[in-house]
Amino acid sequence: MRELKLMKGNEAIAEAAIRAGVDGYFGYPITPQSEVMETLMAEKPWETTGMVVLQAESETASINMVYGGAGCGKRVMTSSSSPGVSLMQEGLTYLAGAELPCVVVNVVRGGPGLGTIQPAQSDYFQTVKGGGHGDYKLITLAPASVQEMADFVELSFDLAFKYRNPVMILSDGVIGQMMEKVELNEQKPRWTEDYINENYPWATTGKKANRAKNIITSVQLEASVQEEFNHKLQAKYRSVEENEVRFEEVMCDDAEYLIVAYGSSARICQKSIEIARAKGIKVGMLRPITLYPFPTEQLMKRAKQVKGMLSVEMSAGQMVEDVKLAVECSVPVEHFGRFGGSVHSPGEVVEALEQKLIGG
Amino acid sequence: MSDINTIIKPENLIYKRTDVLSDNDLSYCPGCGHGTVHKLIAEVIEEMGIQDTTIGIAPVGCSVLAYNYLEIDWQQAAHGRAPALATAVKRLMPEKNVFSYQGDGDLAAIGTAETIHACNRGENIVMIFINNGIYGMTGGQMAPTTLPGMAASTCPHGRDVSHDGEPIKISEILAQLPGTCYVTRQSVHTAANVRKSKKALRKAFENQQANKGTSLVEIVSNCNSGWKMTPIKSNEWMEENMFPYYPLGDIKNQ
Ligand SMILES: Cc1ncc(C[n+]2csc(CCOP(=O)(O)OP(=O)(O)O)c2C)c(N)n1
Ligand code: SF4
Ligand SMILES: [Mg+2]
Repeated sequence: MRELKLMKGNEAIAEAAIRAGVDGYFGYPITPQSEVMETLMAEKPWETTGMVVLQAESETASINMVYGGAGCGKRVMTSSSSPGVSLMQEGLTYLAGAELPCVVVNVVRGGPGLGTIQPAQSDYFQTVKGGGHGDYKLITLAPASVQEMADFVELSFDLAFKYRNPVMILSDGVIGQMMEKVELNEQKPRWTEDYINENYPWATTGKKANRAKNIITSVQLEASVQEEFNHKLQAKYRSVEENEVRFEEVMCDDAEYLIVAYGSSARICQKSIEIARAKGIKVGMLRPITLYPFPTEQLMKRAKQVKGMLSVEMSAGQMVEDVKLAVECSVPVEHFGRFGGSVHSPGEVVEALEQKLIGG
Repeated sequence: MSDINTIIKPENLIYKRTDVLSDNDLSYCPGCGHGTVHKLIAEVIEEMGIQDTTIGIAPVGCSVLAYNYLEIDWQQAAHGRAPALATAVKRLMPEKNVFSYQGDGDLAAIGTAETIHACNRGENIVMIFINNGIYGMTGGQMAPTTLPGMAASTCPHGRDVSHDGEPIKISEILAQLPGTCYVTRQSVHTAANVRKSKKALRKAFENQQANKGTSLVEIVSNCNSGWKMTPIKSNEWMEENMFPYYPLGDIKNQ
């Protein structure tokens, strides 16, 4: 039986990390996600599982500590919110370039700049389009509940090690702060060094006499070698796109209109669907669970059925571009969302649907 | 006349290149101190028998490819971030030996925060710091350690301290922190200094094994290419100009 607890999304991340047998967490305080490190420090997992928890001097340092730990084949993570994640972009491109597995949580707040501590979804571009320099991708999971905050920690580590790539959990201030019932996994053991050496032979655990030295690096000075490495990365990303697309559909079977929304927007839109259906509007929702890889094929499939799509996000319109690309403009695609820290109401979404797609 | 083959026998062997050094050709300019320091680290690792438990963290700078030269496991860091990597590696694997190898731009400019905070936490690591007073890799720009009046490509008329500030004595700053147990400044330009540097490196690794905190070994070194001098001239210039500003010897030894 899984244990049931009432907790905040941020606390669930911390609790799930300990129970998953994560080796290390490195972070720097920022609202609205400080509860992740606060929970870990209060729990003192170093006394139980041996998990290392360290408050770094900056997000630059914490993401580079993650790099160091990941290079040893350890399961390490960090969390932050938008301004801190901006500071981590250097580290993320190095992690991707060195093909290191790790988990980074962004509990997004409104920007640009220092912005606001209120929730937003305006770091979508930064997360799925690059953020740092070079041709790389972050596998991106978007939790829509406290339960998913907990569940995605272990899933993210599985994906990170399967593909040797950083994974981002793109959450927001609503999910991070809200309290819900959550079922927690049993405690799992941390990996032993023997297990790491056997399964992740690239890890820098000290050069054994029977193997060549291991080098974790992202530098390839020779252009032809760098190009070849980039081809290898691209092949990996194609495989991620083929195998790891995750989404949820709500009332899509008879839908004439489709809302596309992730994270807390998707939670709000569930209510919007109820309101709209009570008015006789046949609307369904596709909730991307992975933002990269994006559920492109499924959207194209739904495009053949619906009269229009509304991308609902707490941003000035970011994911809407990927929805348009996915359906190749075969149906009208509109964007609606409050942003800069404001959260749309279910009623506002229905109004937008009526004005932008049905009435229009 | 004795045949050379009668001399080359195991029992006559008095010196041998350590196996911890690889066969790869060094990418350093002839006469540069980086290669000498690599050899010393390799010898210390071999003599302490820690080749299979040592993880090196390479920087961004001329020594970015240091991992090609020492037969140990390595991680290559972003510019200035080596102490953050070393922190995590050591904390996650406390039984290993961990060192960073960094230039002055890496350790004392872009990575100052990571350097100071790793030392302040007393991370149980060795930091090896090659101070050549210049950005060697990028072609000889001004470094945080460039001497007053010294010319570099971004201060072609000489460093003007009223414009750029005084060169930073980062080792003296780090010695102030309770987390450091050993801070020393050495050089590798003469045989005697090479021996002293090796002793210092060995001590630093022994401190780590004794869980004493952060050990910092600064090597004041030449960059004959960046300084635009012959190797011999650069060493003379280093003695005359660098050592008065960066005096050799232990700054802290606890
Ligand atoms: C973020 C970033 N900024 C700038 C550079 C360019 N860069 C490479 S090496 C270097 C200076 C290295 O100087 P130092 O640390 O003194 O090492 P040296 O080459 O002198 O041994 C710079 C500025 C970089 N690689 N990354
Ligand atoms: S540029 Fe300077 S520091 Fe770099 S290898 Fe040449 S002499 Fe050494
Ligand atoms: Mg230098």
